Amino acid sequence: MATVSHSSDAHDSHDANHNSGDHQSYYVPHQSHWPIVAASGLFLLMFGTGQMINHPDSPLRWLSVVGALIIIWMFFGWFRNVIEESMGGLYDEQMDRSFRWGMGWFIFSEVMFFAAFFGALFYVRQLAVPWLAGDGSNAMTHELLWPDFVAQWPLMTPPDTSAYSGPQQIIDPWHLPLINTVLLVTSSVTLTFAHHALRANKRGALASWLALTLLLGAAFLVIQAEEYVEAYTKLGLTLESGIYGGTFFILTGFHGLHVTMGSIILLVMLLRILKGHFTPQQHFGFEAAAWYWHFVDVVWLGLFLFVYVF
Amino acid sequence: MSDIAQSTSQSPSKSDQSGHDHHGPAKGITRWIYTTNHKDIGTLYLWFSFIMFLTGGCMALVIRSELFQPGLQLVQPEFFNQMTTMHGLIMVFGAVMPAFVGLANWMIPMMVGAPDMALPRMNNLSFWILPFAFAMLLSTLLMEGGGPNFGWTFYAPLSTTYAPPSVTFFIFSVHMMGISSIMGAINVIATILNMRAPGMTLMKMPLFVWTWLITAFLLIAVMPVLAGVITMMLMDIHFGTSFFDAGGGGDPVLFQHLFWFFGHPEVYIMILPAFGIISHIVPAFSRKRLFGYASMVYATASIALLSFIVWAHHMFTVGLPLAGELFFMYSTMLIAVPTGVKVFNWVSTMFRGAMTFETPMLFAIGFIVLFTIGGFSGLMLAISPADFQYHDTYFVVAHFHYVLVPGAVFSIIAGAYYWLPKWTGHMYDECLGKWHFWLSMIGVNLTFFPMHFIGLAGMPRRIPDYALQFADFNMIASIGGFLFGFSQLLFLYIVIKCIRGGKQAEANPWEGAEGLEWEVPSPAPYHTFSTPPEVK
Amino acid sequence: MDTVCKRTQKPCAASMPRSFPVSEDKRFLLLAGDQKAQLFALLLLPLLMLAQLLAAPKAQADWELNMPVGVTEISASVYNLHMTIFWICVVIGLIVFGVMFWSILHHRKSRGAKAASFHESTFVEILWTVIPLLILVGMAIPATATLRQMYDTSESEVDIQITGYQWKWRYQYLNEEIDFFSNLTTPKEQINNQAEKTENYLLEVDNPLLVPVGQKIRFLLTSNDVIHSWWVPDFAVKKDAIPGFINEAWTKIDKPGIYRGQCAELCGKDHGFMPIVVKAVPPEEYQNWVAEQQAAKAAKTASAAKEWTLEELVAKGEQVYNTACAACHQPNGMGIPGAFPALKDSPLATKDKEGHIRIVLFGKAGTAMAAYGSQFDPVDLAAVITYERNAWGNNTGEMVTPQDIQQHLKAGQ
Ligand code: HEA
Ligand code: HEA
Ligand code: HEC
Ligand code: CUA
Ligand SMILES: [Cu+2]
Repeated sequence: MATVSHSSDAHDSHDANHNSGDHQSYYVPHQSHWPIVAASGLFLLMFGTGQMINHPDSPLRWLSVVGALIIIWMFFGWFRNVIEESMGGLYDEQMDRSFRWGMGWFIFSEVMFFAAFFGALFYVRQLAVPWLAGDGSNAMTHELLWPDFVAQWPLMTPPDTSAYSGPQQIIDPWHLPLINTVLLVTSSVTLTFAHHALRANKRGALASWLALTLLLGAAFLVIQAEEYVEAYTKLGLTLESGIYGGTFFILTGFHGLHVTMGSIILLVMLLRILKGHFTPQQHFGFEAAAWYWHFVDVVWLGLFLFVYVF
Repeated sequence: MSDIAQSTSQSPSKSDQSGHDHHGPAKGITRWIYTTNHKDIGTLYLWFSFIMFLTGGCMALVIRSELFQPGLQLVQPEFFNQMTTMHGLIMVFGAVMPAFVGLANWMIPMMVGAPDMALPRMNNLSFWILPFAFAMLLSTLLMEGGGPNFGWTFYAPLSTTYAPPSVTFFIFSVHMMGISSIMGAINVIATILNMRAPGMTLMKMPLFVWTWLITAFLLIAVMPVLAGVITMMLMDIHFGTSFFDAGGGGDPVLFQHLFWFFGHPEVYIMILPAFGIISHIVPAFSRKRLFGYASMVYATASIALLSFIVWAHHMFTVGLPLAGELFFMYSTMLIAVPTGVKVFNWVSTMFRGAMTFETPMLFAIGFIVLFTIGGFSGLMLAISPADFQYHDTYFVVAHFHYVLVPGAVFSIIAGAYYWLPKWTGHMYDECLGKWHFWLSMIGVNLTFFPMHFIGLAGMPRRIPDYALQFADFNMIASIGGFLFGFSQLLFLYIVIKCIRGGKQAEANPWEGAEGLEWEVPSPAPYHTFSTPPEVK
Repeated sequence: MDTVCKRTQKPCAASMPRSFPVSEDKRFLLLAGDQKAQLFALLLLPLLMLAQLLAAPKAQADWELNMPVGVTEISASVYNLHMTIFWICVVIGLIVFGVMFWSILHHRKSRGAKAASFHESTFVEILWTVIPLLILVGMAIPATATLRQMYDTSESEVDIQITGYQWKWRYQYLNEEIDFFSNLTTPKEQINNQAEKTENYLLEVDNPLLVPVGQKIRFLLTSNDVIHSWWVPDFAVKKDAIPGFINEAWTKIDKPGIYRGQCAELCGKDHGFMPIVVKAVPPEEYQNWVAEQQAAKAAKTASAAKEWTLEELVAKGEQVYNTACAACHQPNGMGIPGAFPALKDSPLATKDKEGHIRIVLFGKAGTAMAAYGSQFDPVDLAAVITYERNAWGNNTGEMVTPQDIQQHLKAGQ
């Protein structure tokens, strides 16, 4: 367990030069069992999920649930530690900056994760599908392999119709997706209001704006669920309906997952605020959640434009 | 937990004798499992990496035994393919990358004057994910249908529609490795950007720190793309999508673009920290400052940036449009320029120095010569029309082993010898070290040099059996492989011997070595720089 | 026809006995499919190696060290390109390593060298940035020219579609209606060291690709399953065969002869066993061959109408099975557990005749089991199914006739 025994009694003669300006000793936590709990939870989750996919009847599939529970437990415990340390005044500005760099680069990694899927989308739209229809130097691909195939986007008729039946219809961007765009953009704004309220130490306003943000996020998810149901039941737009379905669901699906994650994080922030955490000066936890939310929002704008509209 | 008095100490000149209590290592196994100490975690990484090196090495030895002569003798083709795949995966993700992370953990905080890594608990997590990930990866070998058999580059659809069922677990274990790498890289960046001692401006940072900063950036940029592409594989295999299937409008080549967008920067992830290590050792044993520090930094950054736009040089034969072919050929060739700057700088550092040739220096010199040879063959591969003849032959295998084994691996070994006195407080056995170097040097060249010839003569890679005219060189390569492999057991012996005892090492055992790490005592106290030193 | 060495065209030295007597070698050969046993082989490695070392024959083969110049204009320019870059690298290497080893010799502390203190020079830094850049430009110019030439597939005289299959090649002459498969012919005994390896070990096929010299031949490459790569070093042609796409390449061969190559992209278990053999002949000979092929095709269609007996079909089926199916389902019908199902005692191959015919004709999507209906003529298909229903103790006594097959093919899936 991380102990907080050796703390901030350190002083040295280099205060003036230190890049944090006011120097305390950087807080290095002592031992902690949370990392190994996290690693084993992750392993069980992954291994159990693998079993679930490969051998749906194997009892080992339940390991995924065990793993997930362990991970949830770990998050509670680990973050409780961090919160206690933070509220115990163990963190200085330098620590704060470490967290900031950490969160910033984490979000960058998420950007690259989505970049892979966007890259795939652009590749198939701009290159693969036209090539299959004979574009560029691929006249023979068309002639010998897919003589009936016509390039179009959204791709309604895949080259091999015996293996993949294309969607009958696609989602109308100006209906549910537009509503969702409005919801998410608004939620970014309300979250910013919440942040301002926090800085101004208006706790009531803070809680209300944050709750509103959460509500908007939840509404987004409900609508997305509705959209998925519609896609599957009415439009014939599924994972199996060729590359359009694939890119559509992988992009919107992972985005939806991120909204879910972001909502949970915001919920935790709301609970913490209700418990009186955060000060106008020190509230990086809140800010990190906000960064994440804005990032998810920006990704949505990309989705709205390139998956739905164009 | 016990307090060790000396553990607070720093270099006398920099210390202000502040006496606040710090703890030494905990006792027993929990020291390693629960630790947040960068030195402990570094040690864990390094041992893990060595075990993986032996494991992957054993697989290489299976490969080399089977290829000792024509005909199938030891293993069947499907098992051979699993060995090739696992060997590549384990060496890349299990041996070389963790070794560099281990060195980063040990050295970066000491080099920048920080008390530890920026996020010590996450640091521990980054490590402990790895044993689980590799246990899962190795367990696929025992599953029905066998382990991954589609090469470490796992091209679709061989790795999707045609893969053994264990591919699911392969995908999840690669996900875990990715999570570990990303967290490790975030930690390195946060440490370097935020934890430097007062006065250590960016352009005063040691080169190992610089190269790792850039490496970490590469890691964060490309590991998520790998995660993305394996997720798409999972979807194609189990959920009916068609990303890599033309029948649904996808493209198998899309897989390769995504993979190599990760894969090419990945190979520089495995060499940039090596450049850093060599840039410490060469000046230390030449007793002369590194020539062209600034240009080293710029060259590293240029290599990293270029590495994002050259990926399709692995795909010259997939039928890229002519313009693409030309673009990737030119951009790849450009990388020779900044890499050349590095080689020239090392040579200029040695020029008119006062050199001695302890083991780290020997490995560093071996690195410079053999890496350059590997770089030359890389440049030949970059020439697209010629690559039509080289591609997927042993010429490529020769190329990448020259940059990886006497490249990355030699640099890790060199770094280990160089810093062993700091880690253990003892000098290693110099005589044995020299033996280790010469055996490795001979072994590595015997193994991989003949591969150039058999590749040019037309032997494809990833085959368990071959036509008769390739027989002689294969036999030589196999013998060399065993020589090189067993020489590494000598290394193991030297390290253990050094941990257990030996001549006491001074704070700075090397006459020409510079840097903060040499100002703390040897062995480095459990906690260094609880208060930051000042850098002028 | 295989008496000259692969590409050198020299008669091969008869010094190729690279295999052990049967008895001695059995020890090293672990059972197919026995994953765990193979893992344990790891532990025995050093011993095995030592035994092999001692037993290794000392015969010399012809040592080939370099890329072939080949027999086309393109292959010659690739060779020249290769040698040019190679020598440039050698010269740079000599200079760099020369300076380095000179310093190592002269500037060593043991010789009393004192370290100088210089550590930068903008001038030399610029110099050794610019000079390599110029060298690279010098390399890029001829490379670009050669590449452009390689990409010009226009105005071909012969068009051949090449399709990769696990693990054989299919050649379809688009304008001549010729269509055949090309399989490895090296016997299993040679591969398993139970028989002496012959000269074109692993580089020999039943039906080589026959092409005319002096004409521009366009290859249209694709694949039926995973990615393969069609490579003949003497033409400097290597192009991936990608399922769902057609890649183009071309060659114009100067010299008649037999040219050998291999699949160059990992394509599964028998990737090492799908060679390419191209026989280049004068145009007249090529024309004769085309005529012969077309005549043979007509005869084949006639044989489908014939009445076959069970014995005839089983005998023919065994041949087909061993070339086309045994790679996966194994000669003894046992398959490889977890990868390829056993056909011995399989319900499909002993009871459900319809299902059996269907899976062979139409394959099973999403698995390695391909649709063979389009690969073989009805006689071969009937034969192989009949064989499977009567071999290895699957004694159904049932017969599937070419007419049955034709019906199924007509009815479709
Ligand atoms: C540490 C790893 C590492 C490093 C550093 C490199 C470095 C380089 N690599 Fe390599 N490469 C791999 C690891 C690495 N590679 C691996 C693993 C594969 C195979 C993957 C697989 O398929 O499994 C591969 C494959 C590979 C290919 C694909 C081959 C094929 O499959 O057909 C190509 C093609 O362009 C290539 C090129 C290069 C180039 C141009 C460099 C350059 O960075 C080299 C630059 C260095 C020099 C040139 C030498 C020093 C310079 C001078 C002394 C200056 C003067 C020189 C001149 C002007 C000539 N590499
Ligand atoms: C850093 C990476 C790295 C390293 C260090 C190595 C090291 C070695 N590699 Fe490998 N290799 C790759 C990366 C690496 N390789 C990659 C990426 C591929 C491509 C894979 C693919 O095609 O998908 C490859 C492929 C590859 C092939 C081609 C296989 C094929 O195409 O089918 C061969 C063939 O000879 C080979 C050989 C070797 C040998 C002999 C070593 C030697 O250096 C190994 C040295 C041996 C040891 C270190 C063993 C020591 C152990 C003992 C002596 C036993 C002791 C036992 C106990 C104590 C229990 N490697
Ligand atoms: C590249 C490997 C491969 C080749 C070559 C191959 N098969 Fe198969 N075969 C398979 C696989 C894999 C399956 C299992 C498909 C599944 O998952 O049901 C299979 C299934 C079968 C089955 C059904 C078995 C059962 O009990 O379900 C039959 C019959 C069969 N193959 C016959 C043949 C014949 C006849 C040939 C040759 C003309 C052949 N196979 C060639 C891979 C192959
Ligand atoms: Cu076909 Cu390799
Ligand atoms: Cu590369």
